[in-house]
Amino acid sequence: MTQTQTHQHLAPPGQVTHHLTPELLMAYSAGTLPEAFSLVVATHLSICDSCRADAASYDTVGGAVLDSISPDAGACDFEATLARITSSPAQPATAQPLPDDVIPSPLAAYIGGGLDAVKWKKVGGGVRQAILPTSSDATARLLYIPAGTAVPDHGHRGTELTLVLQGAFSDEDGRYARGDVEIADEDVDHTPIAETGADCICLAATDAPLRFAGWLPRMLQPFVKI
Amino acid sequence: MLRNVSTYDPEEASLAIGSRTPVTKSLKGTSPRMTKAKPVSDPSADWVACVERVKRAQDRAAFRALFDHFAPRVKAYLIKSGADMALAEECTQDVMATLWHKAHLFDPSRASVATWVYTIARNRRIDILRKQRRPEPEDLAWGPEAEPEPDEIVGLQQDSARLGEAMASLPRKQRELIEKAYFGELSHSEIAAETGLPLGTIKSRIRLALDRLRHAMK
Repeated sequence: MTQTQTHQHLAPPGQVTHHLTPELLMAYSAGTLPEAFSLVVATHLSICDSCRADAASYDTVGGAVLDSISPDAGACDFEATLARITSSPAQPATAQPLPDDVIPSPLAAYIGGGLDAVKWKKVGGGVRQAILPTSSDATARLLYIPAGTAVPDHGHRGTELTLVLQGAFSDEDGRYARGDVEIADEDVDHTPIAETGADCICLAATDAPLRFAGWLPRMLQPFVKI
Repeated sequence: MLRNVSTYDPEEASLAIGSRTPVTKSLKGTSPRMTKAKPVSDPSADWVACVERVKRAQDRAAFRALFDHFAPRVKAYLIKSGADMALAEECTQDVMATLWHKAHLFDPSRASVATWVYTIARNRRIDILRKQRRPEPEDLAWGPEAEPEPDEIVGLQQDSARLGEAMASLPRKQRELIEKAYFGELSHSEIAAETGLPLGTIKSRIRLALDRLRHAMK
């Protein structure tokens, strides 16, 4: 069975059409996603105000949960808190200027800059990738797919989130441009093809290794860390 | 929920607490500007006034009121999320100190104070208990030349209070499931986002605030 979940809303061209699911947004708000997934969510929210408002409404649920907790764990030390305030003055807000028009700030923090700072590694067929440093329960990577190139046919054991940052790709389930997220679950075999025009750059997160069918010898997988 | 708030009198509290708490050096510099909180129908708006006074005047009485309400709840939240007593205490002090330092970043047109405190506590929990970084979306802040409209703030605060009431009236099982999700007792794949709570109006209010904010930032 091939099934890709996306939440399609009607939107004018040039805007995000493939959104995050309510489940992912609530899990992000509850703070239970693996770090790599949270990175994709935070990057998408930086581009998509619709999902940002949805995530904020789940934060409101969190606020209501917090407010209704019975405060039975005992009092807290007010004086110690004041001492803490005095001894650790506010960190001056270091608003980092955006490195470029492609990389939103949460992602820039993981790259250590903009597109120029990405340390790409060749994967084959002109495709390049860069693994980003996150906790090990899931993997985040940047993918660089030359315009007109097919991304190797692959299946998943877990969930894969793919967020387009530049260019666009299409597959069996539709067209994905900047800000769009494809959410592919287990058993999805798909062959995304980058559109001609701009090279396609995506941020992808997987919670299990990808299985490539035929494109890359399976024995090489441990070495390229896909 | 929202107990004690309607009886909180900022003037009285500042006398009572201000007189017996020693003034520490860094808190002394600015002269507290006592602005009497306007009477509002929604009690949670008082928390907004408290944060406002912490932000504008480093008002310790207002901070004390926030502390007395939220610190024990943050501590209970952290314990329910798996922290031991000592870590929860340490972490709560940190969360409340962050509230003080970051009061200027609080946007009452997009969050209630409880929601804002929740997000600070959650991020601390991920940092300390899960030992992971927490990626957050790009900052959007109102510049000095544009501020949120008062009616947007009142509307969002009232909707948040109503959400709290709606949660209290949910069937117990459903409420417990939501709590489990927020205490980190459910994995992300177990979370069902259908809460049965009326989130539609809050979503559209926040969306409107974001639209105005984007416009103001241009």
